[in-house]
Amino acid sequence: MHLARNYFWVQKILRERFCHHFCAAGKLFGMEQQYRHLLELLRRTTVHGESNSALVIGPRGSGKTALLNHVLKDLREMTQVRENLLEVHLNGLLQTNDKVALKEITRQLQLENVVGDKVFGSFAENLAFLLEALRKGNRTSSCPILFVLDEFDLFVHHKNQSLLYNLFDISQSAQTPVTVIGLTCRQDILELLEKRVKSRFSHRQIYLMNSFDFKQYIKIFKNQLSLPAEFPDEPFAQKWNNNVQHLSEDKAVQDVLQKLFHHSKDLRSLHLLLMLAVSAVTVHHPLLTAADLQEASRQHSTDSKANIVHGLSVLEICLIIAMKHLNEVYDGEPFNFQMVYNEFQKFIQRKAHSMYNFEKPVVMKAFEHLLQLELVQPLERPSARAQREFLLLKLLLDSSQIMEALQLYPNCPTDVKQWAASSLSWL
Amino acid sequence: MNTRQQSKLIYSWYGKPLGSDRKLRTSHYKGILITSESSKTETCIQLGDFILVEGVNADQPYVAQLVDLYEDGAQHKHAVVQWFCRLEEIPQNQRKMLKRDISAQEVFFDQVLGYDTDIAAETIIKSIMVIPLHLGEELPVITLNKEQTFYVKQSWDGKCFKVLSPDTFSKLKEANKTRGVITNSSKASIPSDIFTPVKKKTESVVRSATKPKKIDMEIESKHSSSKSSLSKERHSQRMANNDIKTPTARKKLELNSPTRSKGRLLGYEVLGLLDDDCDATAPLEQSATKRKVKFTNDILGSPPKIPCSDDKSKSTTQSAEHHQSDIMRLSPYTKVNDFSDEDKNLQEKDDVPSLGGYQSSQSPVVTPRSRRRCVQKTSALIAEQISMLDQEDFLSDSDSSYSLSSEEKEDDDDDDVPCTPEKKTKSNRILSTPKSSRKSAVHTPAKTLRKTPLKGTPRTPRNATPEIPRRIQATQEPASVLEEARLRLHVSAIPESLPCREEEFQDIYNFVESKLIDGTGGCMYISGVPGTGKTATVHEVIRCLQQAAENDELPPFQFVEINGMKLTDPHQAYVQILEFLTGQKVTATHAAVLLAKLFSTPGPKRKTTVLIVDELDLLWTQKQNVMYNLFDWPTQRHSKLIILAIANTMDLPERIMMNRVASRLGLTRMSFQPYTYKQLQQIVSSRLKGVKAFEEDAVQLVSRKVAALSGDARRCLDICRRATEICEFARQKRAPEMVRMAHVTEAIDEMFSSPYVNAIRNASLHEQIFLKAILAEFRRAGVEEATVQQIYHHHVALCRMEGLQSPTVSETMAICSRLGACRLLLVEASSKYLHMRVRLNLSQDDVMYALREE
Repeated sequence: MHLARNYFWVQKILRERFCHHFCAAGKLFGMEQQYRHLLELLRRTTVHGESNSALVIGPRGSGKTALLNHVLKDLREMTQVRENLLEVHLNGLLQTNDKVALKEITRQLQLENVVGDKVFGSFAENLAFLLEALRKGNRTSSCPILFVLDEFDLFVHHKNQSLLYNLFDISQSAQTPVTVIGLTCRQDILELLEKRVKSRFSHRQIYLMNSFDFKQYIKIFKNQLSLPAEFPDEPFAQKWNNNVQHLSEDKAVQDVLQKLFHHSKDLRSLHLLLMLAVSAVTVHHPLLTAADLQEASRQHSTDSKANIVHGLSVLEICLIIAMKHLNEVYDGEPFNFQMVYNEFQKFIQRKAHSMYNFEKPVVMKAFEHLLQLELVQPLERPSARAQREFLLLKLLLDSSQIMEALQLYPNCPTDVKQWAASSLSWL
Repeated sequence: MNTRQQSKLIYSWYGKPLGSDRKLRTSHYKGILITSESSKTETCIQLGDFILVEGVNADQPYVAQLVDLYEDGAQHKHAVVQWFCRLEEIPQNQRKMLKRDISAQEVFFDQVLGYDTDIAAETIIKSIMVIPLHLGEELPVITLNKEQTFYVKQSWDGKCFKVLSPDTFSKLKEANKTRGVITNSSKASIPSDIFTPVKKKTESVVRSATKPKKIDMEIESKHSSSKSSLSKERHSQRMANNDIKTPTARKKLELNSPTRSKGRLLGYEVLGLLDDDCDATAPLEQSATKRKVKFTNDILGSPPKIPCSDDKSKSTTQSAEHHQSDIMRLSPYTKVNDFSDEDKNLQEKDDVPSLGGYQSSQSPVVTPRSRRRCVQKTSALIAEQISMLDQEDFLSDSDSSYSLSSEEKEDDDDDDVPCTPEKKTKSNRILSTPKSSRKSAVHTPAKTLRKTPLKGTPRTPRNATPEIPRRIQATQEPASVLEEARLRLHVSAIPESLPCREEEFQDIYNFVESKLIDGTGGCMYISGVPGTGKTATVHEVIRCLQQAAENDELPPFQFVEINGMKLTDPHQAYVQILEFLTGQKVTATHAAVLLAKLFSTPGPKRKTTVLIVDELDLLWTQKQNVMYNLFDWPTQRHSKLIILAIANTMDLPERIMMNRVASRLGLTRMSFQPYTYKQLQQIVSSRLKGVKAFEEDAVQLVSRKVAALSGDARRCLDICRRATEICEFARQKRAPEMVRMAHVTEAIDEMFSSPYVNAIRNASLHEQIFLKAILAEFRRAGVEEATVQQIYHHHVALCRMEGLQSPTVSETMAICSRLGACRLLLVEASSKYLHMRVRLNLSQDDVMYALREE
């Protein structure tokens, strides 16, 4: 009973950690410098009323939002800052044009033209109102405003980039102190800014690169899997943490991690792997083992398309093999059903011993199933008039995928396997 | 559409020329007649009368006293006036000197020398009353005719307020008196008289008598009601909204008198209407009886006010003051000439009677008691109705102008601004109509909204003040040298002077100054790449000019700024300019009309306007009508508009403007060159004057670097600012340090280094192999584009060489999309799976360089 509760806690703590990437409660890895830079920037905004603008750039999953959340959390805890900073959070995926963005800004700032959650006035009025409000403020008396633009690259596509122009313009003139922080994963973001907007941007770029090596990666792995000191059952936590320490030194585990590290450095994929592994932990399977991680890694890296092939019928497999041969013969040129059918007929007539010759409509049906599974893709949208037999198609599988899938395919007839191995073998 | 809107006002001289100057070819007159074509009313304004003169703002016409009237050689009618200024015209900071509350009706005897006292006669709107009062005196409480009466207690000479000199005081008093006498018996000209109910009744009788008789001309000189009706003609819409109560009541009442020309009522006129209602007789009949009363009035020796055109003999003998001015009038002058002598006599005679006698002469006009009682009863009834009727009631009324303006309000997105009816702009006179309708547009929403809070609905934020909450804790002042330097280096910090732009500054200053002195308009186009100080220099010029204007070295001017980037739509430019100039909020279409009118009519007291149009290229529209209008206005004779247009490209006029726009923009151009490194160095060091925070070489390095790249001063300052941060970061808690080369270099690297190389170096192993596979595929195919399938084969091969486990296709796709999201690669939509094409977003050399070592 007691043990069951422990496992409940283990699952809860670890899953929360793996799911809420942005959560400020988590830890930051390998971005101390960026953290200090951003914290200092925002601190100066609030304390000195200094306007700034900065971009946080890094690939997906590199911890941009987490960094910002950490900085904001720590900022709010400072005494000089508390209640002294207005925050406006925008997201390029939500505020798809300036009109919406403007309403959202006004709403979040709770300016006087906001009643309840509604913003009054036309777009032009709102813009004029907001600009006037910001213009009236000054460095020493107005409350600083922090604008956070998530998915910053999407704001760039707004008409004339006037929102960005105005925000950056305010940050470069003696008005209400504002700091504009943009978060984006695009490295070419500066090239997207219009020249006037670019000139007003202060060119502070904070790069997050996942610039840690494998040793640090192992450390992160340990850290992410360890139970916190405040875990209710201390001996259990001790035991768990010892096991984690043990795992991190295990060669098999290191291999798994090394493979993942080679593929992707971002911590979200690590979280995903650990999530799969931790899910296996129960009362009957008390501790995480290397085998769990290996299994998780296998699941994590399976090929999704090849997986589909495993569930196909022999006829469908034959069609795919026919298409593979066509691809080899015609060097990847598109094909149609008739060509595939002919290829299949050749195999049936000359080579097959165990295969039953299907009617053409049956083959067609199997072919359409493949189409639905998106293993083959038409070049253009099928129109009502065009005959389905002659619709040009492409195979979305690589020959290596097909061969691999065939190896694992249960009860595959030998002649089909032989045919797959060589298109010339029937000669 | 109501014909009133297109009504035309005709200005003609009253009486013979008093005298003429042969040399100057001017002839002076003693009065002017204003005839409205549509409503067939005529007003006479004479020397010494107080008048309203069209101003910038339709709500606030200027108050003046007519001093002289003359016609110049070119047949233009001129008027010389003595100005009175309203409180609004006095600078805010100087109003405090009054140390008392000023009511809206109080004006000041204007002794400021700067204003032009010679105005075009066509700008006169109507006559009003200005009553001199002693300083201590309370303003009389008036319930009616508020718009028409002003009080003057003090004079204003631009520096301080003075009590009216006894001389002026008596003169003003005299002006009021003579005016009353000259005019007619039924006139409520003497201040004390205005408030007697008897008077009101008289007026109303006259009015109701004349009104239904549309064909006949209403000859009402100096009659307050005539004034109002005249103002009706001009500001019909305005009136409709000015006083919500009146129109509401009117609607009700007009049902009884259908022949009445609409929209010409003021508050007190309601009483007149009531008379009509009480006599439940047919309007025509009634008018007949009333006319009789009128005749009695005339017979009793009080001059003019005879509304019959047929009764010539009577008018000849009794008064010389009416003029038949029907539309067909062929020789208005001859008639007047005939009687001009007599007229003079009459005037003299009229001067004799005392006030008392005057009043008594009017008494016969007073309608019987019973009627008065009736009036009281009905007025009470009306008051009730007024409170009950909603505003919407009168919206549907004759007031088509209102509905027009509200329509305009609705179609906010109307594209074609200058397409307003041509008729409206045909003559200067008529332009007052849109003005008044503008007012209605402004006022009505405000009024309707003000009502809502009473009903307990959430407060609609129409009157919301744009404001950011204030901070709770005070800002910290810079504690160290570096912090001080950072504050000064911030782009927003305004330096005392703008170094390195002295020449440009002088050119712009001279341009604007000369135009200001001449009182003419003009355009200047300023171009330059971003961050070269265009806007800053122009603002500096304006600051200096404002200073000069304050010191009376230059004529005062208004300064308006619009920015193309800060507008949601090019047409919003009109709205912003108008709001700056007059404080009115209207739709873009309407604003365009009003501005066009404003800049094309001679505004006597209007100051020159200096308009800065920043980011001009964004005002481009398909038809270019915004740009066209902007640059067309300064070319108008009376515009007094100076435009400084700012944009980035030097050849903008040639590139995007139509010929007719470019031609109006003119050839006064100026281009701001990017700063050279020496200039940048000077800018930084001038900002850092007195603060020892930077090494000389460090500043020079930054300047050279920036000058080589863009010459953008903002960039230069930003780098310096970042360098101070790096310096602060590095030194920790040791002794204060200067920003050295190392710090600056780091800052420059941070800002200018390409992110790609770093991104590739920090990518995972398979991502790097994928990039190598791309390079290999490109080399093999000779085309800088490949499908994922092709790259995948190379990738697998490379993995075998490295002894790595080869990735699955899914993993490769994930790698590809990750690199695509960072824009290291340009990829197609991922639905094509293996067949999606991939390109590099940076050169192959960069990729190779990034991947080489390790």
